[in-house]
Amino acid sequence: MSRDTPHRPAPALAPVAGKRPGPAPRGRPRRAPGPRARHARAAAGFLLPFLALFALCFLAPLGYALHQSLFTTERTGPLGLGGREHEVFAGLANYAHALSDDRFLAGFGRVLLFGAVQIPLMIALATGLALLLDSASARGVAFFRTAFFLPYGVPGVIASILWGFLYVPGISPLVQIAGSLGWDVDFLSRGTVLWSIANIVTWQFTGYNMLVLIAQLKAVPQELYEAARLDGASARQIARHVKLPLIRPALVLTCVFSIIGTLQLFAEPMVLRPLASAIDSGFTPNLHAYSAAFVGNNPHAAAAEAVLLALVACVLSFGFLRLVGGRGTERR
Amino acid sequence: MTRPPLRHRIITASLLTVAALYFLVPVYWLAVSATKSSADLFGTFGLWFSDHPHPLAYLGAVLAHDHGIYARWFANSLFYAGTGAVGATGLSAAAGYALAKFPFRGREAVFHVVLAGVLVPGTALALPLYFLFSAMGLANTYAAVLIPSMVSPFGVYLCRIYAAAAVPDALLEAARIDGAGEARIFAGLGLRLMTPALVTVFLFQFVHIWTNYFLPLVMLSDSDLYPVPLGLTTWTGYADRQPVLYQYTVGGALLSVVPLMVLMTVLQRYWRTGLTEGSVKA
Repeated sequence: MSRDTPHRPAPALAPVAGKRPGPAPRGRPRRAPGPRARHARAAAGFLLPFLALFALCFLAPLGYALHQSLFTTERTGPLGLGGREHEVFAGLANYAHALSDDRFLAGFGRVLLFGAVQIPLMIALATGLALLLDSASARGVAFFRTAFFLPYGVPGVIASILWGFLYVPGISPLVQIAGSLGWDVDFLSRGTVLWSIANIVTWQFTGYNMLVLIAQLKAVPQELYEAARLDGASARQIARHVKLPLIRPALVLTCVFSIIGTLQLFAEPMVLRPLASAIDSGFTPNLHAYSAAFVGNNPHAAAAEAVLLALVACVLSFGFLRLVGGRGTERR
Repeated sequence: MTRPPLRHRIITASLLTVAALYFLVPVYWLAVSATKSSADLFGTFGLWFSDHPHPLAYLGAVLAHDHGIYARWFANSLFYAGTGAVGATGLSAAAGYALAKFPFRGREAVFHVVLAGVLVPGTALALPLYFLFSAMGLANTYAAVLIPSMVSPFGVYLCRIYAAAAVPDALLEAARIDGAGEARIFAGLGLRLMTPALVTVFLFQFVHIWTNYFLPLVMLSDSDLYPVPLGLTTWTGYADRQPVLYQYTVGGALLSVVPLMVLMTVLQRYWRTGLTEGSVKA
């Protein structure tokens, strides 16, 4: 009965960035060196391994990308061939070039449209399933929860290969069934392929988001629901007016992670590309940056595009947090 | 507690069943298709078996193809995900413990920089990281995938709030008075009290590395170093010319999906423990 596993509300309510009371009560005998110095030294020892790798894998590439994005390669030989390559400072030219590239901008527009449609749908589905599984009417909760969560463990590439087979005419039983009903569907056409990708992403991540929401629901004291029930609230009213406001922080979290994930869209279009002519090398910003680096052999353009991508992700996720932040604090 | 009315239970059960079909049918298709030859893959109805199902023979062929390259990819995947997740868990535990239990100047600044790392898209970092690693001579090595996999800002965040709540200061003080060194206190007390959070961080990171495509794609060019997803895309790339590869792709996908599904089912309750902590940030 994993459903009844006790949860720890304490960590969930712990202040994230609050100041902690002083380390040692006053008046206790101290050994040299003083506890402050000792603490700082110990903390440094515990922190350094992580911080070193964090600097190497997060800060250094960001700095390197910023630096690279300000330069460009010039070749001195005849026709730009054969001669020595050297880097020259280019200012913001790479950014200007990226921002005036219609295909790059179209890719951004595409993922924004994708996110505006797919994220609300997926979060609504996840919320609905979480509330259903949390309701008293549900049976077989452990089975359903597992079934919904399983696709999260399937890598995006494998999920895309799998759904690709389910989209391609000739193999797909879905196309076959639709055809026998006299319905001619093409999952990979110019107009539909973006939504076919949305389906793959929804399939993969709904269960994960649902699990986050269920975890938050379980962290709420059950007496609260009991009290609402005794006050005569129906199951639907409890879900709407008690549970939904309480899982708001988890909803915000799942939305932010979904926004970041959507901007990085890559594996799905990359895998479906051979099947769908509508997907070109600029289908998503990430695909565009990847092509610039490895097909166009232009690391400077790729760096500028990576920086722009990170920037848009930060602006959108912080913007979203600000947008919803005003009302989310009543629990503190 | 009163039983909900029958009508409610029927509606709930039907909705849940429809959703379960959506999530499970593709996996069912995969399992059925892994018993088919490439010809049957195209020639028979996808949701039912052909007249001559051969599950083991075809899966065996997947493993034997190209001198057993699939087994190598699988071992690589396990190595990247297993080692990377253990490393990430250890580093996050130490860093989170330090941030929770040692007040020092600039602590919140460090924490906020790490938190900002959660919001930076990993793929935006992967390209510059590749150029950086190329310059360092690290590109196209196991380390190129392994080192970035060991850094989990989200893990540090989880470990910090968990340690703050689950490791009492009084206990640490008592151990210090007994003369234990900080490293011993961390290894003996801290890690033990933080175990539920550590399991969660490990699982998160394991799945994250296991499903990651962009980083190995960018870093690796030698197919002997590939993890499974990257390897399978090379097969689909050639399937036009060599149709048997369709069938190998299906079998290979099934073989990679099954172990992780077992793992996720068995360890499901640990996911929930840590996810609760994860959701307070917002």
